[in-house]
Amino acid sequence: MALRVMSSWGNVIRAPHVVYGLHERHDSFPTLSGSGTVLPFGNGRSYGDSCLNVGGALLQTRSLDRFIRFDRETGVLACEAGVLLADILRLAVPAGWFLPVVPGTCYVTVGGAIANDVHGKNHHRAGTFARHVRRFELLKSDGTRLMCSSTDNPNWFAATVGGLGLTGVITWVELQLRPVRSPRLDVESACFANLTEFFELCEQAERNYEYTVAWVDCLGRGKRLGRGILQCANHAEQQAPAQSSSERKFAVPFPSPVSLVNGVSLRIFNTLHYHRQSRQRKRTSEDFGRFFFPLDRILQWNRLYGPAGFYQYQCVVPLSVAREATSELLATIARSGLGSFLAVLKRFGADSSAGMLSFPRQGVTLALDFPNKGAAVERLFQSLDHIVGTAGGALYPAKDSRMPGALFRSGYPRWQEFSKYIDPACSSSFWRRVMENV
Amino acid sequence: MRRVLIIGATSAIAEATARMLAERGDALYLVARNEPRLGAIAADLAVRGSPRVGSEVLDANDFAAHEQMLARAETFLSGYDTVLVAHGTLSDQKACEGSVELTMREINTNALSVIAMLTRIANRLEARQSGTIAVISSVAGDRGRGSNYVYGSAKALVTAFLSGLRQRLGKCGVNVLTIKPGFVDTPMTAAFEKGLLWARPERIAQGIVRALDRQSGTIYLPGFWRPIMLVIRAIPESLFLRLSL
Repeated sequence: MALRVMSSWGNVIRAPHVVYGLHERHDSFPTLSGSGTVLPFGNGRSYGDSCLNVGGALLQTRSLDRFIRFDRETGVLACEAGVLLADILRLAVPAGWFLPVVPGTCYVTVGGAIANDVHGKNHHRAGTFARHVRRFELLKSDGTRLMCSSTDNPNWFAATVGGLGLTGVITWVELQLRPVRSPRLDVESACFANLTEFFELCEQAERNYEYTVAWVDCLGRGKRLGRGILQCANHAEQQAPAQSSSERKFAVPFPSPVSLVNGVSLRIFNTLHYHRQSRQRKRTSEDFGRFFFPLDRILQWNRLYGPAGFYQYQCVVPLSVAREATSELLATIARSGLGSFLAVLKRFGADSSAGMLSFPRQGVTLALDFPNKGAAVERLFQSLDHIVGTAGGALYPAKDSRMPGALFRSGYPRWQEFSKYIDPACSSSFWRRVMENV
Repeated sequence: MRRVLIIGATSAIAEATARMLAERGDALYLVARNEPRLGAIAADLAVRGSPRVGSEVLDANDFAAHEQMLARAETFLSGYDTVLVAHGTLSDQKACEGSVELTMREINTNALSVIAMLTRIANRLEARQSGTIAVISSVAGDRGRGSNYVYGSAKALVTAFLSGLRQRLGKCGVNVLTIKPGFVDTPMTAAFEKGLLWARPERIAQGIVRALDRQSGTIYLPGFWRPIMLVIRAIPESLFLRLSL
């Protein structure tokens, strides 16, 4: 059996795994050698250890990459679970359809998008990814195949959505796409000087725009605390002439020997980024790729963080305490001076997510990258954990490789109900970590 | 629009090639052994844009069934103008050394069934005075190596056959393309540790489609295998004996 070194997007954890593969949706669940466990592995875009199973096996699903049906009249698409969102968009956009929810990268598999119940910049309108999943097939290690939807096997549906691959492997999926008239978006950007302004702007923007997201200068302190830019967008109404979407991409060819993300580069980047937006408000028209997936234009951008890798910290805090908690989080990060290029701030809507372990819930979510500087960054995370925990918030498993088990369990009160649906053959590094000492 | 017959359509290289052809709007007739997989691939290619996709199950070693399959493909596509022969198995060299039966079966699948198929296809296209025959051979056919000579010799037979066929059919406007991939990361090679020389099937497929359009003769995929194999072929036998390749 092949033993391969596998890592996730953050590159903090690299470890050899036994690797199995599914090559088509009719393949049976692999027979595991010995008493080890296995975890489905899509395109490895989770940041931490939720897609790894150190000491055990992974079941690769990228080869499950076939379309099954696409109804160009109704926008219903069925495909195997290893199909990338990028592949779906390449097929659907020229036909006038779009994914109803997209995360910040299109290089995730559709199975992974369900297993992490991903969200996008339109959460306040569209909810999470799973809301648009009509059904999927779940293959369990005993060979059972379950058709899951909100009406068929609804408990298995709710456990598998956001279930981090622990309930079995998703083999194929049926999605409802949404119509669009154009591959472009009408984008409006507006500066805000602090968090109070951010919340006011959001309020208005969410009424007028399907997509809203804010970039925050995480080095700003005092009066500049929480300054940033709010980007809002709608799909363009005018039919655009068909154009090739082969936008030029750049790749980072090998890991940088040291992290190129440091105090100096950050300060320059953040100041430039903030001041590039010279006017208060700016309207532009952007291609969907540029708007939704700006980082995808630099393939393997994670290598910029060097061999030690990086962490992403993404939390959500409830709406009632969002203002205080967010400003406390930002102040703590600014004091540490460890922040990163991308601090993203977004208000989640009131829509309740379909999964027992779904991350999105009404409130405000903040996400930032941190170069792996060992103990210093872990100390900062502990202060942030304290703020999030006190606020009654939660961290996002897809981004995590270090949250304390207690914080997971308080943030995901349905974890006990969920654990009844875990496949006896499945486990992950993440799950064992947050279940330690339970 | 091409009208393409693909034998061994479930192989990773053939599937990746078929996707590119489907996206360009080519009509396809797919032949392979594994029925559920064949059905899944046919449906996928239709979604990706092929206006017409047919398929049939065939064991290439059943030579007697070739003629009828070719006739059905001919009817379905209203005459095919391009054929891609991509079926094969990667022989277990060690197991072959201990078994005449297994060795003969590998030679049968990787060489004789291809030659049986090509003999019939060549005559059809020759009569029509146009078309392209593309066959997946291998760098392994360029020189027999101790680690892989059963597979290699089968591919050598295919390569030599194609070379002659190209000379014969070139005179009447039929192009014969010999495709020699190096190490390709496919289910067939899942058990191997992958290094720098390995390529994804999508990359091989791009090379195949480009070669179809340019009417090339022999291609190595990726191209760096051409100089590598030039060197390997040039090594004197006395030195070659002492290497383990």
